[in-house]
Amino acid sequence: MKRLLSSFTLLSALVLTSCNSQTDQENELMITGSSTIAPVLSEIAKAYERQYPNSRIEVQSGGSSKGLNDVRQGTSNIGMVSRRLKPSESDVQSYRIALDGLAIIVNQSNPIEEINSLQVIDIYLGKITNWKQLGGMDKEITVVSKAEGRSTLEVFSKYFGISYRDIQAHVIIGDNQQGIQTVNGNTGAIGYVSIGAAEYEETHNNAAIKRLPLDGTAATTENLINQSYPIARDLNLVLKGKPSNLEQQFIDFSKSTDVIKYYHSHSLIPATLPTKISSNTEQSTVH
Amino acid sequence: MHTRSNNDKAIYRKTITDRIFWSVIAVGAVIASLIMVLIVIFLVVESYDFIDRVGVLHFVTDDGWWPLDQLYNLTPMLVASLGVSFGALAIASPLAIIFSVYCVFYNKGWWQGFFERIVDVTAAIPTVIYGFWGLMVVVPIMNKFTSHGVNLFSGMLVLAMMIFPTIAMLTTSALKSVPFNQIQGATALGVRRSSLIKKIALPHAKPGIVMAMILGITRAIGETMVVLMLCGNVVQFPSSLFDPTRTLTANIALEMPYAMGDHRSSLFVTGLMVLIVVSILVIISEVYANRKRTMNH
Repeated sequence: MKRLLSSFTLLSALVLTSCNSQTDQENELMITGSSTIAPVLSEIAKAYERQYPNSRIEVQSGGSSKGLNDVRQGTSNIGMVSRRLKPSESDVQSYRIALDGLAIIVNQSNPIEEINSLQVIDIYLGKITNWKQLGGMDKEITVVSKAEGRSTLEVFSKYFGISYRDIQAHVIIGDNQQGIQTVNGNTGAIGYVSIGAAEYEETHNNAAIKRLPLDGTAATTENLINQSYPIARDLNLVLKGKPSNLEQQFIDFSKSTDVIKYYHSHSLIPATLPTKISSNTEQSTVH
Repeated sequence: MHTRSNNDKAIYRKTITDRIFWSVIAVGAVIASLIMVLIVIFLVVESYDFIDRVGVLHFVTDDGWWPLDQLYNLTPMLVASLGVSFGALAIASPLAIIFSVYCVFYNKGWWQGFFERIVDVTAAIPTVIYGFWGLMVVVPIMNKFTSHGVNLFSGMLVLAMMIFPTIAMLTTSALKSVPFNQIQGATALGVRRSSLIKKIALPHAKPGIVMAMILGITRAIGETMVVLMLCGNVVQFPSSLFDPTRTLTANIALEMPYAMGDHRSSLFVTGLMVLIVVSILVIISEVYANRKRTMNH
C-alpha cells in the first residue's frame, strides 16, 4: 500500500513537472512536418541543443501537409515541407535546407539497364505488364506505389503527369524502407523511392535493388547536385511571419557548414553553396 | 435486519485491511474499464462530426476509397479484413485442434508438455516479427508460384501462424477440463481412444474450442503489421486468393501518418468500423456461451 501510494505521488509529481515545463516557451521550438526531413532535422536539433544547452527543440514527423497546416494555425513554430511550395502557399516563408530526388528502382537481378519516362508511365497505367515488352525477361511486372497523402506520390504523379487514381498498383507501401524491402524481395517489381533512402539501404543493408537511369540520367546524388537528374525535390523549412531570434538562429544553424555531415549521413544534399558541397562529397568518398 | 447489519459491521471491522485492499482493486478495475470506454468515446468524438456531415451511406456506396477526392467507400476493406481473418481461422483451427488432441491424449513420455511450452512461447512473439519473417521467407516462396507474392494468401498464411498458438493453448485447456471420471469410465468400458476423443472429449470441449476460435479471429481482425506488410494494400475486392488487398487496420496504419482534416476523420471511421466488427464477434460468442450454459443446467 505504501509503495502504491508513493508511486502515485511520484506519478503526480511527474505529471506536474511536465505541465510546468510546457508553460516555459522562451527557448522552445516546435517543428512538425515531412517524414523525409524529420530524421535528419532531429539530429540537427540535438546538435543545436548541445551548442545552446538552454534551448529545447522538438521535432515531430507527420507529413509535409501537416507541417504547413501546423505553421498556419500556429501550433508549431517551423514546418518541414519536402516539396517545392505552390503559389497558393506564398503566405509562409520557406528556407531550402536540402535537396533530394526520386529514383525508379527495380530488383538487382532484373536485366533492364535503363528506362524512359514513357515506359514508366505505361507501366504505372497498366499498359505494359510484362518485362519482356521492354526487351527484358519474361516476368510480370509488380507495380509498387505509395499510399495516398505521401509527398513522394505527389512528386511522382506530378512529374509523370498521371493522376494517382489511374495508377494500377499491385503493392501499396508506406515509407521508403518498405518500398525497398518489397522490391528487394520480388524480382519483377518496380518502385519509386527517395534517392537518399535507396543509397542508404544499398550501402548499409545490402538491399538487392538497382536505381535505373531515367531518360539517360543516372539517379545519383552527383546528378542531383549538378541538376541533371530531373525528378528532384526541395526540402524546405517554412514559417509564418517574421522569424523570432530563436527561429532565425535555428534556421541559420541548419544551413551552416557545421551540420553538413548530418545531411550526408542521410544521403541528402545540403542546400548550402553547391560548389562547397561537391568538394565535401569528394572528401567523404576518399575516406 | 438490525442484528445482521451489526454483524456485517463486525466483520468489516475485523477486516479493515481487506476493505482497503478491496477499494484499491475496485479503483484499478474502474480505471481499466474506463480506458476502454475512453477509447470508444474518443473514436466516436473524432468521427461523429464527419459522419454527420458526410452521411453513413457514403461509406458503403462511394465510388472507391479516394479520401483526397472525398470518396470513402470502406466495404472493400471490410470484406478484405473479414476474408483474411476467416481464411486464417480456417487454416489455423484444424491444425490447432489436432495439435491439442495430440498434446492432451497422445503426447506421453519425457517430452510431455514440451510442445505446449514451445507454443506458449510463440504466442508471445511480437507480430511485427511475424510480418518481417513473412516478407523475408513466405513472400519470396510465393513469388515463385505467382507473379505478385504480396497478396491475400500470404497474409492469411502468416496470420494463421500467428493465431495458431492462441487457439491451440485455449483448446488444450478446454480438452484438459473434460472430467476425468468420464474418461476413466469410458476407458473402463473398453472404448477405443479414437472414439473417446471423438464421442466424449471433443463434444465436451466444444464450447471452449469455439471460444478459442472466436478469440483467434478477433486477434486476426485487429492485427495490423502482418497484413500491412504482406497483403499488398491495394484497395479492391480480391477476386482470387492471389490478389493484393487492403484491410481496415492496414488502412489506418498506412495513411494515418500523413492524413489531415477529413482524410484523418475518415480513418477514425475506419477504426470505428473495426471496433464494431470485433464487438459483433464478441457478442456472438457471449450469446453462444450463455446458450451453452443454460443448456448444460
